[in-house]
Amino acid sequence: MGNNLLAGSSPHIKSGTSTADIMLDVVLALMPAAAASVYFFGLRAALLIIVTVFSCVISEYVYCWLAKKPDPISDYSAVVTGMLLAFNLSPAVPVWIAVIGGVFAIIIVKQLFGGLGHNFVNPALAARAFMLASWPVQMTTWITPGQSSDAVSSATPLALIKAGSEATGTLPGYWDLFIGNIGGTIGETSALALLIGAAYLLVKRVISLEIPLAFIGTVGVMSWIFGGQHPFTGDFVYNILSGGLILGAFFMATDYTTSPVTSKGRLLMGFGCGLMTSIIRLFGGYPEGVSYAILLMNLTVPLIDRYMIPRSFGGAVRNV
Amino acid sequence: MVKALKAFGGGVKPGHHKGTSEHATVIMPLPSKVIIPMLQHVGTPCIPIVKKGDRVLAGQKIGDSDKMISAPVHSSVSGIVSDVRPALLSAGFEVMAVEIEPDGLQKVHESVRPPECTDRDSLVKCIREAGLIGLGGAGFPTSVKLSPPPGKTLDILLINGAECEPYITSDFREMMENPEGIIEGTKKIMEITGARKAYICIESNKPEASEKIAGLLKGSDNVDVVRLRTRYPQGGEKQLIYAVTGRKVPSGKLPSDVGVLVQNVGTAAFIAEFLKTGMPLIKRKITVDGGAIARPMNVEVLVGTPLREVFDFCGGFKKEPRKIIMGGPMMGVAQFSLDTPLLKQNNALLALTEEEASEAPESVCIHCGKCVAACPISLLPLYINSCMNLGNFEEVEKYHVSDCMECGCCSYVCPASRHLVQSIRYGKAELRKLDLQKKAGAQKQAEAKQAEAQKQTDTNEQGGEDRNGK
Repeated sequence: MGNNLLAGSSPHIKSGTSTADIMLDVVLALMPAAAASVYFFGLRAALLIIVTVFSCVISEYVYCWLAKKPDPISDYSAVVTGMLLAFNLSPAVPVWIAVIGGVFAIIIVKQLFGGLGHNFVNPALAARAFMLASWPVQMTTWITPGQSSDAVSSATPLALIKAGSEATGTLPGYWDLFIGNIGGTIGETSALALLIGAAYLLVKRVISLEIPLAFIGTVGVMSWIFGGQHPFTGDFVYNILSGGLILGAFFMATDYTTSPVTSKGRLLMGFGCGLMTSIIRLFGGYPEGVSYAILLMNLTVPLIDRYMIPRSFGGAVRNV
Repeated sequence: MVKALKAFGGGVKPGHHKGTSEHATVIMPLPSKVIIPMLQHVGTPCIPIVKKGDRVLAGQKIGDSDKMISAPVHSSVSGIVSDVRPALLSAGFEVMAVEIEPDGLQKVHESVRPPECTDRDSLVKCIREAGLIGLGGAGFPTSVKLSPPPGKTLDILLINGAECEPYITSDFREMMENPEGIIEGTKKIMEITGARKAYICIESNKPEASEKIAGLLKGSDNVDVVRLRTRYPQGGEKQLIYAVTGRKVPSGKLPSDVGVLVQNVGTAAFIAEFLKTGMPLIKRKITVDGGAIARPMNVEVLVGTPLREVFDFCGGFKKEPRKIIMGGPMMGVAQFSLDTPLLKQNNALLALTEEEASEAPESVCIHCGKCVAACPISLLPLYINSCMNLGNFEEVEKYHVSDCMECGCCSYVCPASRHLVQSIRYGKAELRKLDLQKKAGAQKQAEAKQAEAQKQTDTNEQGGEDRNGK
């Protein structure tokens, strides 16, 4: 036409938030927990975080280069996976295991299924499950906060509860649980730091409240009913603050690709996660069930989205 | 002044960019020519009733149609018809257009005189003759909206001054400069439709306008001002009705099905003016804005003025325009040429720079659900998009694709810049095609059956005759 005019379709303006912006927000939101982990577990925590991030980013880069996929790492999603993977590891895990975990998460779980937006389970959690099955001893050797990384200590609070009521004398108090002065994986221990990051994500509207609320609420109710010696005497505060619940509910179960898109679907996913976590924790063989619960619910997401199509505005009347 | 009853779900908050709100409307002088397409409304195109070489006067009817959903078009100038030819519209198809060279005298046609309307029917007829269409942007013939199907009564009239699209301030200027006209028109529409209550609906980011009109309305108890939440698409018809009345227009139905009529503030003001002067719709107020415009402002422009001349009047371009939009940035139509004319339903003309118009390349869907949260109709744009990309046209019906009003919220928020509304439009079109095919198929089948039955009766009759013959 002799001019330089674009004739694209409306809308002609955009909000300006890109996928990379969202991923960077998540990285930023994970920083308080990362800092807390370094404070409680020492530089070894920082080392593991850096190692898994690099392992993930390099795996992504190499795979995309081999598969001739364009622009592989500019969306920072591999960084998020790397950080979340580290958060799910004990600070005592050998570095080489962490490296393999990163490679598994990116290449096997994410890229082989189509890459960003196509993985059917959370890459970090699937890698953790794979590592737990492959190196059960190394993956469940915990460190007491404040000690040098060689000082290997007993167990996480949930493992103590699982072991039986005799052990309750050695259980850490609520305050230690809340700030993270307990044994556990790198990123799960400090509820305080995680909640700061979660608040940031909520304010920036990167995540919404449906999944975390339903997830934590269900675990709370279940542990109150079934967690004590008698029904309705369980210590639900303790159950909520210990283990990976806060990390899982706010940062892992809300992973976009593996969670539903509607509010109702998200509530259902959160409820399912909470139910499975409680069942594993209370009646299963493992002390902790958050990661398996999320992995299992990830598999239901396509079904939830397919069968929970909302009524369109004004659609209700039509159906009458 | 009252507050809105409800808040519609979804929506987005784009930057306002209402920099022209303090610019009083300036009247643009006569252009060098006008091009008046026969389709400037939703419905059937008109047929030209003038030919090349004819002398026409301002306000003279130059095109009309006998179809119900249509609106006649009028010459906006006095002058000589220089051509009657097909013109390519930005919608992508050709319609006939009348090109007129003004003689500069702007003589008014004899048919332009205050209409003598006594009853409802004659008023509706007059308004049709005026070529009036909804001035808010969609361009639906007003006379059709004013005559609801028999058996339906309208009890509430909403005058839409939400102006939720960024940049546009022409309705705001109308409310500031001509509030009396709007109120008068509102009362006239109430008279025509029998509505018992009218609300003039204004978003909360225009307090001057709502205070001004509320001040003038003191003492009248059947017209009131509603302050709306500032959120796009607050001015969408169904969203507005829900916000003000709490009524939900059922999917696939019209506002009249819930007893509501919505008209734009400009439409109301035009009705008041028209009943005084009899001048049909040949000019309108528009906002000219965007980063490429030297002097953004509100202008009163004659219908049919080439865009190039409107831009020239606004000081031309200070930067190279990359996108020219008729209407707002959320729902307006991008133009491929500066020679296209301004139409009746255009409320803004934007010239965006490279920077403002640039779009990130499409990347993969990360399933974030932002489009779902933003959709005011509760659709799942991401799944409609993936169905369309897979060519799965029948599947999109399940996702209520036909309910989409193409407001653009989903594409606006998408972090992956996916072409969501675009694929939904495509889906709607494909679905319509499938529907037509189905209908045609059914008809063919019915015809075949009928032919078969006919044959049967024929043979029977023949047989009967035969028997009779024997």
